[in-house]
Amino acid sequence: MTFRAPHEIYRRRFGRNLGVGLLLIGFVALVFALTVVKVTRGDPMKGFDHTAEPVSVPYSGTTP
Amino acid sequence: MTEIRSFDDVAEPSFGDYVQLLKPRVMSLVVFTALVGLLVAPGGLHPVEVFAAILFIALGAGASGALNMWWDADIDAVMKRTKGRPVPSGRVAGGEALGLGVALSGISVVMLWLATNAVAAGLLAFTIFFYAVVYTMWLKRLTPQNIVIGGAAGAFPPLIGWVCATGSVSIEAVLMFAVIFMWTPPHFWALALFMKEDYNTAGVPMLTVTHGRKSTRLHILIYSVLLFPVAVWTAVTSIGGPFSLAVTLVLSGWFVKGAYDIWQRDEATAERDKYRVEKAYFRFSLLYLFVVFAAFLGEAGLKFYGIGGWI
Repeated sequence: MTFRAPHEIYRRRFGRNLGVGLLLIGFVALVFALTVVKVTRGDPMKGFDHTAEPVSVPYSGTTP
Repeated sequence: MTEIRSFDDVAEPSFGDYVQLLKPRVMSLVVFTALVGLLVAPGGLHPVEVFAAILFIALGAGASGALNMWWDADIDAVMKRTKGRPVPSGRVAGGEALGLGVALSGISVVMLWLATNAVAAGLLAFTIFFYAVVYTMWLKRLTPQNIVIGGAAGAFPPLIGWVCATGSVSIEAVLMFAVIFMWTPPHFWALALFMKEDYNTAGVPMLTVTHGRKSTRLHILIYSVLLFPVAVWTAVTSIGGPFSLAVTLVLSGWFVKGAYDIWQRDEATAERDKYRVEKAYFRFSLLYLFVVFAAFLGEAGLKFYGIGGWI
């Protein structure tokens, strides 16, 4: 029994899947790198959550 | 056992076909001008943020290219230069080009917002809308000034780059926009003079067809003359300096000289030497934009060593 050579279309599909896969890996790496940069620079990452927090109040110079 | 599946009538694009949808050659110009706009601007972005910003501006430009190829497949199919594009040649289905364009538009705008700021992302969204809807769908087939309108979309990248770094629009950013805006029409009309595409069959009102070639030559001269003060003005703002002013003066002067030569010629002379002057002007126009923007980048580099810019 002999197998026929696979259709050319499979090679094209593989190339496409490989391309998309590499792009996704690159995208994940980029988002991770961006996250690291933004976190280490201390960009604002937390919004107001309706709770009074002493750390959020600007220091007025007087101690309570 | 017989093979019952047939692949012949199914569009099975390769990865490269999808890349072609994003107009990689236009993208390279977008990458360069956006990078210059970003790097000459005050304000320090982290290199990763710079990379992400340029990548997503380029992706947004690619997305509008895909939308353009989806909408213009009928025109592209009848013109020699464009009939090999993925959609008219049948390698990619029209709907796929539309889907890719819409998806990449969304991804690029949201990611530019996350990487930089909302103003830059808003401008990118507007640019995609302007190119895909205002230019491609609406005005391209309506007015012989279509090149001018399309040029406006192509002029946005350095402005978006600037806003990525600073968060707001300023005179320098608007002037960089204006340089590309004024440069695009003479660049493409010079091409239209010697390419002689079949715009009539395609139904695109090209200036060379609607107003004649003599008028197109005059239009090239007018825009080249208007480009001169815009480029020089850019060089005397905060992003310029003696070095970039000298480069801009020489190149813009040469650009006007080339346009004057084109204006002076008639069709018979041009036919005789196979559009030598027009072709030379077109090639120079590509060099012009590259060198002028590189000069602004060079000025920023000189400033870093304390010798560039206006004191």
